[in-house]
Amino acid sequence: MPFYVSPEQSMKDKADYARKGIARGRSAIAMQYDGGILFVADNMSRTLHKISELYDRIAFAAVGRYNEFENLRLAGVRFADTRGYAYDRRDVNGRMLANAYAQTLGGVFSESPKPWEVEIVVAEVGDDPGSDQLYRITFDGSVVDERDFVVMGGSTEQVTTALQERFAKEAPLPRALASATHALAHESGEDRELEASSLEVAVLEREREHRKFRRLHGERLNRLIEEGRSGGSAEQNGENS
Amino acid sequence: MSEVFEGGGRLPAAFMNPGTSSFTDFLSAVNPELLPGQSELPQNEGNTHLTPEGTTIVALTFPGGVVLAGDRRATSGNVIANRDIDKLFRADEFSAMAIAGAAGIGTELAKLFQVELEHYEKMEGRSLSLEGKANKLATMIRSNLSMALQGFVVIPVLVGFDEELQRGRIYSYDPVGGRYEEHRFHGIGSGAVYARGSLKKLFTDDLSESDAVTVAVQALYDAADDDSATGGPDMHRKIYPLIDVITEEGHRRLPTDEVAQVAQSVVEARSERPDGPTAPVR
Repeated sequence: MPFYVSPEQSMKDKADYARKGIARGRSAIAMQYDGGILFVADNMSRTLHKISELYDRIAFAAVGRYNEFENLRLAGVRFADTRGYAYDRRDVNGRMLANAYAQTLGGVFSESPKPWEVEIVVAEVGDDPGSDQLYRITFDGSVVDERDFVVMGGSTEQVTTALQERFAKEAPLPRALASATHALAHESGEDRELEASSLEVAVLEREREHRKFRRLHGERLNRLIEEGRSGGSAEQNGENS
Repeated sequence: MSEVFEGGGRLPAAFMNPGTSSFTDFLSAVNPELLPGQSELPQNEGNTHLTPEGTTIVALTFPGGVVLAGDRRATSGNVIANRDIDKLFRADEFSAMAIAGAAGIGTELAKLFQVELEHYEKMEGRSLSLEGKANKLATMIRSNLSMALQGFVVIPVLVGFDEELQRGRIYSYDPVGGRYEEHRFHGIGSGAVYARGSLKKLFTDDLSESDAVTVAVQALYDAADDDSATGGPDMHRKIYPLIDVITEEGHRRLPTDEVAQVAQSVVEARSERPDGPTAPVR
């Protein structure tokens, strides 16, 4: 039985399908703080990451279908490493990776019957807050160059509103983390208390040498959450966890 | 190059395939011409001065870590090709390597090794064990065998802090990729015989970090003293040995002024006693 579907309808159906898929999962946040860029994701798994390092100054965060964004992550690492090895480490930047992801997702969206149910952020920490880059790339390949923060995933509106309430430019790490967890806890109108065990947290630290990416977990994360709750006193830098 | 970075800016299909966590394996499938030692060499003898040679490297352990030190001279035959070459390479947070032999090939090898370790770590979400890193480097040396037979020999030394065993370790290699763990101390390069003699006399198992650094500078001084291809501390040009220290805290390149102080005290002491400190007879 042959039938006709207009391109408009087909694109709309694909977009609805992808949006629904992404909205099923929990959200993730990438935001600037006084020492660089902070990533927080609501993630129960300790090994299946939503946040990862791509290159020296560049990190990746994603929500949606794990196998699809993991594929994108691996390709990005290969792309960055090949480029940095062939030319120089400084020749790898966030814009280039964001473009490659956008082209890839855009191609999949228009050519294949099933779009990828992913939304990703590529962030690069610069020498000063003004040169930080935050790119949000959606399932259809559109790229948005964001300022301050990006919220991806489920009910982004609630999370964004909750984050805006407490977001402060140049906030110290415990305070930035507290505002991000507060926002994530208000997803879908609920009011939960998020513990360290259900959070995946990482930073791109401007002052760090060589590779800026660092995961925060265990004792150090607990301490940061505690500090954030008690109003955010000065955090101790320079220790590893 | 073109194959990888063209095609509408989209990530090429090969990049999206699941599969290897090894950067070298990936590159040899996608972009083999970027890898060192891939091309057939013309049969020709006596070209060994095409690339300058790097010379003396010393490594020694101390309780809590390991010190790696190298002189700064590169020679091409009897000519000094470079006075401030860097033969030490930070491989990752907890390891470093240094090269003796063909400088051009060694530098390329070090760069590839560094990307290889990082690539694995990013793909897998955890780093290789120190033993794994040492074995990976052995495979890479082996792939240089045809070049080595033409005279472009590269011999690295790998040092690292083993997080599992909580101590510093040293690995040496031969040109065919044989890998040997060295205990306490080691030296490679044309001046290494003199450096090792010096290390043997000065090394004790209870050196502090700063004493270990001084021992390394003494050994390099002795190597430069007797080997014309090794450069000693150049007080006039302010060129001092390069020193990396790896401990539980990770990799650290000693700042120049710190090394300068050690080098100055060693050189001053040598003006009193040109043969350096003596070890007890019994």
